This record gives sequence, structure tokens and C-alpha cells, in this order.
Amino acid sequence: MTSSSHTHGSQQSNRLQDGGRIDRSKTLTFTYNGKQYKGYAGDTLASALLANGVDIVGRSFKYSRPRGIVAAGAEEPNAIMQVGATEATQIPNVRATQQSLYDGLVAGTTNGWPSVETDLMEYVGKVGGKMMPPGFYYKTFMFPQSMWETYETYIRKAAGLGRAPKERDPDSYDKMNQHCDVMIVGAGPAGLAAALTAALAGARVIIADEQSEFGGSLLSSTETLDGKPASEWVTDVVKELATFDDVMMLPNSQVNGYHDHNFLTIQQHCTDQFADRAPNGQVAQRLHRVRAKWVILATGAHERPLVFGNNDVPGCMVANAVSTYINRYGVVPGNDLVLMTSNDNAYRTALDWHDAGRNVVAIVDSRKNPQGTLVDAARERGITIMVGSGVIDVQGGKRVTGVSIAPLNDAGDEVAGSIVKMKADTVASSGGWSPVIHLSCHTGARPVWNDDILGFTPGATVQKQLTAGAINGSFSTAQALLEGLSAAQDAVQLLGLTEVEVALPVTEEITESKAMALFHIPHTKPTAKAPKQFVDYQNDVTAAGIELACREGFESIEHVKRYTAMGFGTDQGKLGNINGMAIAAKTLNQTIPQTGTTIFRPNYTPVTFGAIAGRDCGALFDPERYTAMHSWHVEHGAKFEDVGLWKRPWYYPKANETMQDALNRECVATRESVGILDASTLGKIDIQGKDAREFLGRVYSNAWAKLPIGKCRYGLMCGEDGMVFDDGVTSCLGENHFLMTTTSGGAAHVLEWLEIYHQTEWPELEVYFTTVTDHWATMTISGPNSRKLLEKITDGDVSKDSMGFMDWKTMKVAGIPARVFRISFTGELSFEINVQANYGLHVWKALFEHGEEFNLTPYGTETMHILRAEKGFIIAGQDTDGSVHPFDLGLSWAVAMKKPFSFIGKRGMQREDCVRPDRKQLVGLKTIDPKVVLPEGAQGVLDPNAPIPMPMVGHVTSSYWSANLNRSIAMGFVKGGLEKMGEKVFYPLADGRVIEAEICNPVFLDPKGERQHV
Amino acid sequence: MFHIYCPHCCEYREEEEFHASGQAHIPRPLDPDACTDQEWGEYMYFRKNPRGIHHELWVHAAGCRKFFNITRDTQTYEIKEVYKIGEQPSVVANSDQ
Repeated sequence: MTSSSHTHGSQQSNRLQDGGRIDRSKTLTFTYNGKQYKGYAGDTLASALLANGVDIVGRSFKYSRPRGIVAAGAEEPNAIMQVGATEATQIPNVRATQQSLYDGLVAGTTNGWPSVETDLMEYVGKVGGKMMPPGFYYKTFMFPQSMWETYETYIRKAAGLGRAPKERDPDSYDKMNQHCDVMIVGAGPAGLAAALTAALAGARVIIADEQSEFGGSLLSSTETLDGKPASEWVTDVVKELATFDDVMMLPNSQVNGYHDHNFLTIQQHCTDQFADRAPNGQVAQRLHRVRAKWVILATGAHERPLVFGNNDVPGCMVANAVSTYINRYGVVPGNDLVLMTSNDNAYRTALDWHDAGRNVVAIVDSRKNPQGTLVDAARERGITIMVGSGVIDVQGGKRVTGVSIAPLNDAGDEVAGSIVKMKADTVASSGGWSPVIHLSCHTGARPVWNDDILGFTPGATVQKQLTAGAINGSFSTAQALLEGLSAAQDAVQLLGLTEVEVALPVTEEITESKAMALFHIPHTKPTAKAPKQFVDYQNDVTAAGIELACREGFESIEHVKRYTAMGFGTDQGKLGNINGMAIAAKTLNQTIPQTGTTIFRPNYTPVTFGAIAGRDCGALFDPERYTAMHSWHVEHGAKFEDVGLWKRPWYYPKANETMQDALNRECVATRESVGILDASTLGKIDIQGKDAREFLGRVYSNAWAKLPIGKCRYGLMCGEDGMVFDDGVTSCLGENHFLMTTTSGGAAHVLEWLEIYHQTEWPELEVYFTTVTDHWATMTISGPNSRKLLEKITDGDVSKDSMGFMDWKTMKVAGIPARVFRISFTGELSFEINVQANYGLHVWKALFEHGEEFNLTPYGTETMHILRAEKGFIIAGQDTDGSVHPFDLGLSWAVAMKKPFSFIGKRGMQREDCVRPDRKQLVGLKTIDPKVVLPEGAQGVLDPNAPIPMPMVGHVTSSYWSANLNRSIAMGFVKGGLEKMGEKVFYPLADGRVIEAEICNPVFLDPKGERQHV
Repeated sequence: MFHIYCPHCCEYREEEEFHASGQAHIPRPLDPDACTDQEWGEYMYFRKNPRGIHHELWVHAAGCRKFFNITRDTQTYEIKEVYKIGEQPSVVANSDQ
């Protein structure tokens, strides 16, 4: 028999002339590893590669052995592709079995160096096989530890794990939030029966399936329903489901995560299943975030291959995958098949192969006396059945060329007779089916071993979850349909809807004999000396490796996994884990449930970053907050600084100014005449209620009982541990009305702080908090000419006598009602003008119109920092770090220990550790060389000649060049620093320099505070 | 992601609207100044880390901004009940009964 008589076209040598669900009238051209091939609409990349006789799709991770396609779905471990026609559209880790073919598709293998056909690493694997036991990477490449990154680079290059694009992805991705009554995962017979039942009862249903069309196993089955091909029933059901408004059908959609409280994430492939780039106006992928009242898992099962010698040689496949390629895609991936099985079901593959007109060399059945409908069908076709036997190894390098078949003993763990060799190019194997329980594990349920089906089924769960079909070990179509219907009826009842009777199609009746529990085919040689028997293809884990791990003392399957790396690939061991557990159990002389199981975690298959990010990228990555004057800042060339989400002007460089030039100019202009700062971002909390004043006294460390209306006061906020966490000025607007300001970054935290104390500790206090940060635009004019400037555009009396330091008043500024606060963060005469945010830009511009004669200079956060440091004012979060209390900061004047209520922080700052005299305290630091600016963060020592590690006494928190003082200034912590005025402290730097500084009062400028009191 | 019933809004909302604020039912001592360092330290720093039933303080931060309590199973993540500040839980761990 020659293959040419069964092929269609010169290239697709393995393509059948008819049959399958492909459209032979639509030829698609695609590129694989730089070569062009043809396939048909309806193909996956995998089926098209097999049609073209491509055997090798990758090189193995550790030994660099050639690998071929073994499966037809999500469980495929080898055919992991890099897809993308251009650099910008690269997608790594795509399973060829799940990628629909489209015209112009460009794919390549992710590993193999220099190519998959000739791979240098193979020789390393061949030579080094014995030297690469499990734990090899840990044992060899981890030392010296400093070299790990170097090793890793080469290991990755050689092993190939795909790569991210270097250019920006041109496509858009979406997220959608969905709510439904019943979420059905899987659209095979169970899922479709469930969907129809739930839909007829009026439930809101979402049904998702990873495949390009609904139908699951029915798409690749030769079974009949109601006497017609099963796919006709599928077509009818899908048509019917489409008539319901409340049914959402999502093909090409992988349910990747099942999270708490019935929250599921679905990655829907939209355009990336038919184009390299999304057409205009469409999204490439969409992430559905579903909250479901009930979930029905109808996820099916994966067939387990058997483990035997050289079972990774291309041509070794899972039995059902072979049937799928024949029946669904019209592709027979070889000429001469040997089928090895421990069960009846896999006989279908030999029947399909035979019926496609190719040669079945033999069915090798591990059981002594198989009986049943399918066995009879094979006999009727004259297929050779070798009972009580196994394929112990295969021959061939880049493709199977022959097999060694031997009789097995009853237990299936020893070879019990002489070997027969046969020619074959394909070995399909089946060790039974493993329910796809992954999603059921995501929420923490432990799977339960079921001896009847030789597999794990979902364990007890607290989720509102039902299961149906093969996931329960109910592998027949009849059972799947029935369980789908009954799970949906349960859901309908639990939802309080009315059940509607649904007629299920009539299935074929077949008899089967019992399957044999067989995972690992013995060899004439001991496992360690036999040809490699692969368990996990993706991580090159062998039976010998698992046995060795067990012998080395790893008894828990979780430890065996980590030691051998079994199940750690992108396929999460979908194909190999059960076989590996069975081998470990046998080695440890235990049952599989005694050995334990592993738990699966999200995601079921790799998810693209695009789907995770959705629209939350670029300008939409994070919200940005702008003040009312933002456009002015942009127009005037401001450089911006991020403060929380705020964009704050940092400094305003002119022409060719360096940053330091700009800062020097801004600092001097402010102190000599007048500067202006956009202070709108300061947090503002409006506090009202008859107990507002009492409340302030409890949350601030200083006193508030006597602050009169019209006055402002600096307040310090501490945690219960006594440590400062925020500060700001709070003003008394009325007897029961205050306006609190906070740091720009701390506003949200402070509001929640006030609320939690009010709601949980002192609900008896009548007080209300409203955030008004965005309601007000705030501009601070500061400098000796600030009053003159303000007087030009206000109707208020801002003279020294009428408006003293720390007073506030309402007045009109530039015709706009304003609150003006005479407070100062620069130590200069200073007014903080607050107007309704909508008027902010108008007032700001008006100030500039009138400020020209005073050289009104805008300054940003950096100049603000310098000016306040010249005055020794702290910035909470820069000069505090959660470990310093007010006394450490020299702010004892802001702590009212005699207040009647034990304010927050009072008890904390009196703990034993908080009253030590040698605590780190904030002091000023003057470098001996005035031109040298200390780096912030530098650690101080008292003796620069002390042996390393030197005892450190504290770090520099703020450090700047002060143009006004023509020298550097700094603040920092020094142990017992407040008692060390005039003493020296040294800062040894990483570059070898040691900067010497003198401990001083942190108020560098105008220590008497005369400038702000004019 | 949790689906949380806010006892103030009387609706289920997504977890994104809420913040967890740690263990519930830790009253501030009425007279902090009378506490020993040990007592104050226990109030400040010592928290349960149970496997199973746990009472937690949450706030509907992007909603009504009200605090409330949740009884949650830390193993299964089931929310057993929600109740307002000042109320006592009806579901408690066996060890707390």
C-alpha cells in the first residue's frame, strides 16, 4: 500500500481525499520555520503540519531530543510555537493544537539551536544523559551562585521557552465583566446537553469552549446520535442555543481560571484565530470576567499515553489524538500504525486508521483476554491483536521506524517472553483517560482517586459547582449527555427556575471489557538502564528519574515534582502527571492515593499579557490626576513629578537651564521677591459636627481645644505606636467646622484613618468627614512681596495687623470668592489662596498679570523641598519612615501630653523603647566642605576608621544645594543626635569618598522666624 | 476574587470596591495610659492567624465608606456572614466557643 493513493495534492501527503470538518475549497498558505506550506480552512496549525508530513516540532528541554506532535488539544506538550508574522505581533507559547490555521500564519519552533532538524544540544544530551539526572540543574548550575544568571541565559537559549516581542503590540485587547445564572465550561456532549437544558428553563447561560467550534469529542467521533453522525446533533443544538437571547456562546474561549465565589476568567481568542493582526475596530483577544451563580464543569478528559522506551520519538502519539486528526481534520499522520492499549476504547483509533485505508500493523493489548464491541470490530477487519503484550521500546531517531513488542506478566510489571520486532512509523498508545479536573482544583478542592476509572475526579468543594460527563469519569457519550442534563436540572432547581423536559438523543450501545491499570511498560532492562521512558515530555522527566528521586528520599509527590520538575512546564503536566504519580507510587510501594495528588492552579493554559492588561496600558495604565492649572504648567515648560497619582510641577526650566540652575533661580526669586506654587494636591478633608474639635484632639498629638475661628494650626498625626505618619495644617472655619490638610500622597489613607476611628471606636462622637481635595484649587504665594501682590487683586484686608500669621479669611481674589490662609512652608511671608477649582486657572493667571513687577516666579516641588529644608521643616514620608515619633523629630512642642483624652500615639510613644536616649534623632547636617552635597540615604558613622561593618548611627533624609545660603544643607538621623550638636559625623560612600559633616540645628535660615512675621 | 455583601448598601459587590482592614473585634483599651507595655504591645501587634473561621474588618471603600465585619473561612475563602460594627458574630470557630 502506498500513501500517494490516499493523498490530495502534492504537498499534503497525509491528507485524506475526503472526510473531516475542513473546507478543501479554501486553501490556506502558512509559513513554518521559514518554509511555506498549505492547509485548509478548519485546520489547526498542528493538523496542517501533520498533513504536510512535518514530524519534528521542537527539541526537548534537557536532552534536546527531537519531538513531534503527540496530542490534539490543550494537553499538547511538544508543539509549542512562536507565532507572529512581524516582530510586533509575536506570541510565544502557542500550542499548535489550539491555534486555528489562517492564511499568512507565520509560526516557528521555540527551541532548537541552530535548528530543530540539526540541534547541537542533542549531542550534549546524548553524551550527557547519564550525567543529567533529576535535580541536575540545581546540582550543577547553581554553584557558584553568582554565575546562575549566566548559565540561565544559555540554558534558556538552548531549551527555548519562547520570547516576548521587542516591539509594541499594535492590537487592542479587551476585558468584559459578565454575570450569569449558569456558566458551563466545555461544549462537548455534557456541556451542550447542560446548556440546552438550562436555556430551556430560562436561565442566563454562558457556555465556553477552547475549540474553534462546539461539540468536543463529538467532532472527532464516528459515533452516531439518533442514528445520524453525532456532529449533526451538535449542529442542531448550537442552532437552537443561538435562538435564546440569554445564552452567550463563546467558542475559541479557554476558561483559564476558576476563582473564589464562582468568579471565572475566560480568555477569548477573537481575531488572533484568523489573522496576524486584528482588523480595524476589532480586538485580538478578550478576557471575560464572569461571576456565575452556578458553574457546571463539563471539561472532559485527556487520554493518558503509556510510558515505554523511546516513547518520545516523533510518531509516538496519544491514541485519541490520532483519531481526531483522521476524523476531524482528514489527516492520517503516518502509514503503519501500532496501537498499544490497556482498554477497549482506544481500539477506535485502529478502526479509524484502518478505515482511512492505511495499514494497522498490530493492536498490542496489555490484557490477556479483551472482549467487546470494538474488539470484535477490529477482529472483523482482520487486524492483528497481540494480547497480554506491550511495546517495550521503539526504534528511530527523527521518526519511529519500528517497535519491540514483548509479552507481559499478569501484573504488567515484567517482560514475560521474547521480543518481536515490527516495522511501523506510528505508535498510538492509551493508558486510559484522566478527567480534566484542573478548574475544580483552582479553588482549593483536593482531587479524589477513583479506582473504577483509574483516575482522579473532582473533590468536595464549597463553590456552587456541578460537574458532568468525563470529568466525573463518565466517559461514554450516553453518560455524558445524561449527566449534562441532570447537572443543569440541578442548577435550574437551585436557581428556583422551573425545569423543562429535554429529550436526549439515542446513543449506540456498546459493550466493553474492564481496562487494566497500567501506566509504565516494563523493559527487559531495569528502568535506569532501559531506553529513556518519558513521563513529562516538556521537562524531560523520565520514569528512571522519578524512581531515582524516590530512592534519594523524596517521598511526597510534591517534592518529587519539584526535584524532577515534573509538571512544571507550560502544559502543567496535563499528559504526564498521573503516569508520574503511578510510577512514584509503585517505587514507594504505595497506592496512588497514598502517594498523594498534585493540585492545579490557574491558569489552565498560558495567557497573553495582552489579555491580562486589556485596555489598561499606555496612557490608561494608571489614572493621572491633574490640578486645575495643569495646562498652564505644561505651556510653561514644567517638568513633572509623580506624587501618588498626581502630576505635580517639579521645576520650570528656562531655555538652557540645567535643573540646578532652575532651582537656584526659583529659590532666590522666592526669598528675594515672590514665588508661586500650585499646592492644589494637598489633601483636604472637611470636618463638621459638634464633636469635630474633640475628634481632632484625639487624632492629632497637639492641642485643639482652644483654636479660635479664623485661626490655623499645624498638626502632627501619629499611629497607635506613637510614630508620625502624616502632618498638615488644620483651620477652624466655624465652631463645629474645620478644614484639615494632609500630605498629597497621604490624603486617602488619612481619610480612612479618621473614618475607622469614628466608626469603630468612637461612634458616639458626632462628626462628619468629606474629602474636598479636588474641590479647591490652591496656590501659595510666598516671599517678601507676596502681600503687595495679593493686595493688588483682593478686596480683603491682608495687612499685618488685620491678618496675622496663622490667620485665615474669606475674601475675593481676582473677583473670585476665596479662602486665604496666612501659613508658610517656606518661612517667608506667605499666603495660600484657595478658590473653587473651576476658577483656579483664572486666578492663577490673574496673579501672573499682576505679578510681573515683582518678578513672580513659579516654582515646583523641588524648590518647595529646598525652601522648607532651609527652615528645617520636615516632610512626612521623607524625613519620617514609620519608625520615628515627634520627639525624635525635635517636635516636642507639637505633643500635648496633658490633654485629657489619651490621643492616638500617646501611649505608644511612651513605651520603653521610645524613651531611650540613644534613639535616632533628626538633626541638621552641615558638610565641612560647604560645596559638597551629601547623598540622601547615606549612612553616617562616628568613626570612619572603624573596622567594617562599621556601627551606623543614622541616614541622611533630606539634602540639597541651597542657593540662598550658598552652601549645602541636609537633615538626617543620628543616634542621640539632639545631644550631639557641634559634633562630627562621617558618611563613607560607595565610591570611596568619606564626607564629614557637623551636627547642627536643622533651621539653617532665619532661626528666629522673623521673615514670616512681617 | 470575593463577592461581598455590604450590610449597609444591602447588595453584593465585587471585592475591588472593598479594603480589608485586618482582624475585627480589637477594641482600643479605654484607658491606654493604664496599660502596661505588655498589654499595649498585645493590643498593638498580636493578631490571630487561624486556619478556618476568622472575623475580619472590611470597609466599602469605593462604595458607602462604611466599615463592617466579615466572618470568613481562611481555608475555603467562604464568607459565612457579614455584620455591622457593634454586632457580634453568630458563626464562631469551635476553639472560640
